[in-house]
Amino acid sequence: MKSERDFLDQSEAYLRGEMNALEKKVFEDHLVNDPEARRKFDEHEIFIGNMKSYGARTDLRHKLEAIHETINIEEVVPKKPLIVRLWDKYKINSLVAASVALLAVFTTLWLTGFYSKDNTSQYIALRRDMNSIRQNVKAQNALIKDINKGKNDAGTPSHYGATGFALSSNGYVMTTYHVIKDADSVYLQNYTGNSYKAKVIYTDPTYDIAVLEIIDKDFKEVGNLPYTFKQNAADIGEDVYTIGFPREEAVYGRGYLSSNTGYSGDTIAYQVSIPVNPGNSGGPVLDNRGNIIGVINSKQTETDGAAFAIKSNYVLEALASIPEDSLEKKLTLNKKNTLANLSRTEQIKKVQEYIYMIKVY
Amino acid sequence: MSKERKHTPSDDNEILAGVLEGDTNILDSLYKANFPMIARLIINNGGDIDDAKDIFQESIIILYDKLCGGDFALNSKLKTFLYSVCRNLWLKKLTKKGIYTRIDDFEEKILVEDDIDTHKERDRQFSMMEDALKKLGEPCKTIIEDFYIRNLTMQDICEKFGYTNTDNAKNQKYKCLQRLKKLYFG
Repeated sequence: MKSERDFLDQSEAYLRGEMNALEKKVFEDHLVNDPEARRKFDEHEIFIGNMKSYGARTDLRHKLEAIHETINIEEVVPKKPLIVRLWDKYKINSLVAASVALLAVFTTLWLTGFYSKDNTSQYIALRRDMNSIRQNVKAQNALIKDINKGKNDAGTPSHYGATGFALSSNGYVMTTYHVIKDADSVYLQNYTGNSYKAKVIYTDPTYDIAVLEIIDKDFKEVGNLPYTFKQNAADIGEDVYTIGFPREEAVYGRGYLSSNTGYSGDTIAYQVSIPVNPGNSGGPVLDNRGNIIGVINSKQTETDGAAFAIKSNYVLEALASIPEDSLEKKLTLNKKNTLANLSRTEQIKKVQEYIYMIKVY
Repeated sequence: MSKERKHTPSDDNEILAGVLEGDTNILDSLYKANFPMIARLIINNGGDIDDAKDIFQESIIILYDKLCGGDFALNSKLKTFLYSVCRNLWLKKLTKKGIYTRIDDFEEKILVEDDIDTHKERDRQFSMMEDALKKLGEPCKTIIEDFYIRNLTMQDICEKFGYTNTDNAKNQKYKCLQRLKKLYFG
């Protein structure tokens, strides 16, 4: 052990050049003569070399680190443009601000009911909802019962009321689709008060058109219709009128054609300026000469005198597309207008006979 | 050495010699002349100032290692060499992070030999040495470092550590060395 230590000491002294010439000579001879010693010397030299370069590396690292400390980072870091620096600095703030703003906008819109109103809120289909009337009817019935006990109950009132008009003499009646769309059964009542059962034979939801057929045994043919459909478009300003059943009695309403398009630019309908109410739906719109130019279907709330009527050419189009098979009897549209030269009151008298109150259950 | 002065090859050689010797002044001027450029490179390509520091110091150490190897010949401006080395190092680092990008160069660059692997191997050896020395503990660590790295004589060490005679100190140093070898090779 001692000898190995001495050998290493000698090796180090040799490597550090601390030996005199004689010692050096002796040591070198020893290395030459003893391969084992040579190996150990080499190994030791490499190890020391490693350690030295490790030391040098560490030293260099420390120096670099020290130099780095003296550097003014601010000067070295490339200056970004002002905008970029501001953005970096206020990125989070602006994101938060933007989110808050968005939240505020949408909350306000929501709170003020922007989303609860749908687009058609200003648009109502003109069928008469009897449920609201039912309350009154009930109250009246109760009153009547009190006065006149023993009288029969008035019967269940209909859900909806609307208007329809004869398409042909053999019992086809035209009305609007929205009136009969969830109907269990449909009854028609004519001007004399007779009630007939009818069935729906054709509907066209896009044009809001429905065709009914009277299937009651008691129904007799009504004779030739006095009115015809106008084939081409009607003109703005034309004097028009309608007859409908906004209540239990036929009501005449007159006005003029005010626009060539319907609610929010709907090209299927005209805008007519006629006072109409729920129940008028399905009523014909006639011009001076007794041509049907349209069918009342809706009006715009919050706007005065804006009612809409489906244009007659769309009605004709829809009628033409009724499949033959679904018709039991022939549907022949009247070609001869017998109203043309009559006064308004005479016209109404005639037309009235072909207009029905529709009750939907 | 001001940045404004025109660089000549002899300047670069002077610097290389200084780096090899570990001349603090030359290292300092080298650092200050080149670090801003590298910082720009790294920061403009998705790194921060600390990345720049690591990469730049790494490049100087690579330069130093090459100089120690002895057969290093600088065949471009030193600035260009450092830029190219840093560029390679940074690309490697980005690739390791899974970011594949290209670096837009505004500086001249050269192809540097890709001996980063040998550099890595040296690094590994050095960290082994560092670990071994750390595990060795005091006073052995200081004795070994003083003697082998800082080239103090046994006489100095004897005085520094208060050994009664050189022989005791030598004995202590020998034991420490044996333990260090065990730690390093074992």
